[in-house]
Amino acid sequence: MALNINNIHKSFEGLQALNNITFSVKEGELFGLIGPDGAGKTTLFRIITTLLLPDRGEVDLFGLDVLKNYKKIRQLVGYMAGRFSLYHDLTVEENLKFYATVFGTTIEKNYDLIKDVYCQIEPFKTRKAGKLSGGMKQKLALSCALIHKPRLLVLDEPTTGVDAVSRTEFWDMLKRLQKKGITILVSTPYMDEASLCNRVGLIQKGNLLSVNKPENIIAEYQRELLSVSSDNLYKLVNDLRNEKDTHSAFLFGQSVHLTRKDRKESVKQVIKYLRDKGHGSIHINVIKPGIEDCFMDLMHKEDEFLLSG
Amino acid sequence: MSEQKETIITVRNLVKKFGNFKANDNLNFEVFKGEIFGFLGANGAGKTTTIKILCGLWAPTSGEIKVAGFDIYNQTEQIKRNIGYMSQKFSLYEDITVFENIRLFGGIYGLSRHEIAHRAADLMHRLDLEHSRDKLISSLPLGWRQKLAFSVAILHNPKLVFLDEPTGGVDPVTRRKFWDQIYEAADRGITVFVTTHYMDEAEYCDRVSIMVDGRIADLDTPSALKGKYGVKNMNEVFLKIARIKPDQNN
Repeated sequence: MALNINNIHKSFEGLQALNNITFSVKEGELFGLIGPDGAGKTTLFRIITTLLLPDRGEVDLFGLDVLKNYKKIRQLVGYMAGRFSLYHDLTVEENLKFYATVFGTTIEKNYDLIKDVYCQIEPFKTRKAGKLSGGMKQKLALSCALIHKPRLLVLDEPTTGVDAVSRTEFWDMLKRLQKKGITILVSTPYMDEASLCNRVGLIQKGNLLSVNKPENIIAEYQRELLSVSSDNLYKLVNDLRNEKDTHSAFLFGQSVHLTRKDRKESVKQVIKYLRDKGHGSIHINVIKPGIEDCFMDLMHKEDEFLLSG
Repeated sequence: MSEQKETIITVRNLVKKFGNFKANDNLNFEVFKGEIFGFLGANGAGKTTTIKILCGLWAPTSGEIKVAGFDIYNQTEQIKRNIGYMSQKFSLYEDITVFENIRLFGGIYGLSRHEIAHRAADLMHRLDLEHSRDKLISSLPLGWRQKLAFSVAILHNPKLVFLDEPTGGVDPVTRRKFWDQIYEAADRGITVFVTTHYMDEAEYCDRVSIMVDGRIADLDTPSALKGKYGVKNMNEVFLKIARIKPDQNN
């Protein structure tokens, strides 16, 4: 195992940020921690990277305890924080040189590892980091996190606020780094990025909802999921929410994803209900859930569990 | 949308240069009253520049632009009174209370004391925030903040509201609830001009424009765009149109 996290608790002024978090990341794995803002992702990453102490629980990295061996661990981990930790008044090259020097190495020594990422921004190496576009800052920050050849790369929301094209490219880069043997732990609020990871942990309000391969999380979804569309999407979602047997109804692109309390003849019943409500061009079929459907279902179960005490 | 399409934004030959760099390179488009208009593009494509111009904050280098019936060059104050604006990065002041935020923005939008009191009460009732009236924004969950921020952005009943990446980082349920609010506003006749990086949200728009390198590469309804590029969803449409050499410039 590259990383073992055991019963981690952390609270800030009475607010439970992490509640009994336990999971492991295997060596060479690309592991995604997926959840919205405020779920506890950054807090957990700061504990793993020795920047924050947990209230309870243990973390070990490559067999080293984060509390006792923090100095050694810092040599083994590359951390890219959510807010880019670049010096805006230094140039691209100066930033990289600074990080290399801090870790007692040089750009030349590990150029091979960063080449794939860094070559894209190298033409701008004399530009101040503060003058770079978002996508370029992201690549520079990644180069800086890699320059001391870490065994584990920890990336806190590297794709937040980044457009769909740059996100795709960023994930391609991560896959190539993984092939070089680097273990990668990455967090994201984008549910669709789950399928790009070997395994994922879904996290919400400090609680880990599930840890599994993306395909297994989907396989564990137990409800019958219907995709419904009609000629008026806004009216459709409202009407479906008001139907007595509806369990949940949410917009998903051009259709509504519907789950019902009762599975019996659900398609027939929904069609009849919508016709009575005056909808036209009604399409309805049973579909396979995505990670977002699973996340929403698990969120709901967690809330019910907490309410029931 | 109504049968008679009334125009709320008209952009003709909009050019904005920074030195030699054309951030907006001859844009032409219209936005109709009551529609949800998706304004998409890669980072650095020039979206923020256009939004700043349409909000009356920056003057264009050239072009004819009307927003809510007012001219972008010499009627910027009227434009500001007739629009609302919200983004994920900036929306509410975190170190003052719910009510203080409503009062502040009401004042900025030129509402009378009486109107502010009335609308604040109505708004807090609708959002179920009455018990949180005197709580600091920083103490509210993100989902509530977002709901409130949107309601505050349309407190003065503007003709048009600009939403700049309003849903970044929130959980999937909250994100969808936010879109319920957007639909509601559009249903009341408020035109919604929205940017997002979630491509499923592009599907909720009546029409979508996709900007690449300072130009509008395409503009149509989501279903027409999907048909034109022969793909299943807006994510693929976006990738087909916007996949250019990375970071040529910003």
